[in-house]
Amino acid sequence: MRVATWVERTDLQLRGLTPFAFTLLMVLASALPWHLPSFAPVTPAFTAMAIYYWSIYRPDKLPYAATFCLAMLLDLLTGTPLGLSALVYLLVQVILNSQRTFFHGKPFLVVWWGFSLVMPGIALVSWIIASLYFNTLVPPMPFVIQAVLTILLYPLFAVLLSALHRHMMRGI
Amino acid sequence: MRAYRGRALLLALPLKSLIQRFAFALLVGAAITIMILSRAEPRLVDNLRGTVSDAATPILEFFSHPAASFASLVEEVDAALDVHKENARLEEQNAQLRKWQSIAAQISRENEELRRMLHVVPDPESSFITARVISDSGGPFVRTVLINAGAQDNVRKGQAVITSEGLTGRVVSTGRHSARILLLTDLNSRIPVVVESSRERAVLAGNNTPNPRLEFLAVDARVVVGSRIVTSGQGGIFPPGLPVGIVSSVGEERALVQPYVNWDRLEYITVLDYILPGFLPETKRAGRIGELK
Repeated sequence: MRVATWVERTDLQLRGLTPFAFTLLMVLASALPWHLPSFAPVTPAFTAMAIYYWSIYRPDKLPYAATFCLAMLLDLLTGTPLGLSALVYLLVQVILNSQRTFFHGKPFLVVWWGFSLVMPGIALVSWIIASLYFNTLVPPMPFVIQAVLTILLYPLFAVLLSALHRHMMRGI
Repeated sequence: MRAYRGRALLLALPLKSLIQRFAFALLVGAAITIMILSRAEPRLVDNLRGTVSDAATPILEFFSHPAASFASLVEEVDAALDVHKENARLEEQNAQLRKWQSIAAQISRENEELRRMLHVVPDPESSFITARVISDSGGPFVRTVLINAGAQDNVRKGQAVITSEGLTGRVVSTGRHSARILLLTDLNSRIPVVVESSRERAVLAGNNTPNPRLEFLAVDARVVVGSRIVTSGQGGIFPPGLPVGIVSSVGEERALVQPYVNWDRLEYITVLDYILPGFLPETKRAGRIGELK
């Protein structure tokens, strides 16, 4: 067997960072001012889509610690109660870790259906925690709209993500 | 060799999953602890937020340009579609504004004259800086924005933030080059206001919806839909008389306000440094961004 050169090894390692880097981009996308009518409160949960995808297909490249750091950054940048996203996304990841083999080799519709179950869960848990944190009932409507928007946008991101997955993660 | 590796894997796999479980429990515990801590000691988190947003400012600034140009493209296509109608509307509005301008000039002369006659104590001056919005809280939890000016530009906690349309919010935390603005629609925003025509005092309380509530309004207050709401200046942080919005609905128990600010076009905002006269030397006051101190 030929020994891999350091260039090849570095290349492999860098490409292995794709899931983390993409999720980081999604965190930044959540924090950007999009200046679209009434968009800010219902900005799709970009991070949730990325975490869902990589937790199913490459959980080894997005460990719990990475999710924790990315979610903390999201909270710090968007002004969300610090720790809320970390808690919610860690729960999502642990649930997916036990179920992920179910999705392997299944048609896209099944994966999308899975996401349409996970996203309302994220919204509900976030809403409960936020209401406890602020000690008042936070208006639930933006959570509902955000969840619906995110579910509808998921196929678009899945195309992008699977292309990334195929090209960047080849041989890893 | 193969058998040996197989046995090692047999041992390593449960160990790996054990470590993973331990990491998971540890991180969940950390998240909960941090959340409780941030509730009990907001100052700790404020500092951290300041540091992180400072570090992220260049990146967010870089990315916020394409986001803004995408938005302006949408806007331009929108505008091109009804440019004729818009032109007619603007001409009509222009004529009306000219009329108002002459009335305003006359009234302000008269006002000046009357103030002089009555020896009115002049209102404190306020200086200001203008900054760009580089981050919007994307999500249903809070209504805040991040701007690219911070402690170095003399932005301080508590200062009022306005746009040309009206009051927008206040500064809640600052880093060196960035500051977080709590919009007046946020759940935690409370602003002392007054109904302009009847001088009834109230507190404008945000509720995470586009229409904040008027609280602590006197039972017999005369508030009607369309009443103008301005800041009262109570508390001394906000200058009095900043336009806030108009009353959009009055119910049995509550009155809702429609703020003047267009939340979708929040691109540049102005931070007011409202100083009581003679309180701070000129050199300590807020300057424009980029001005050397």
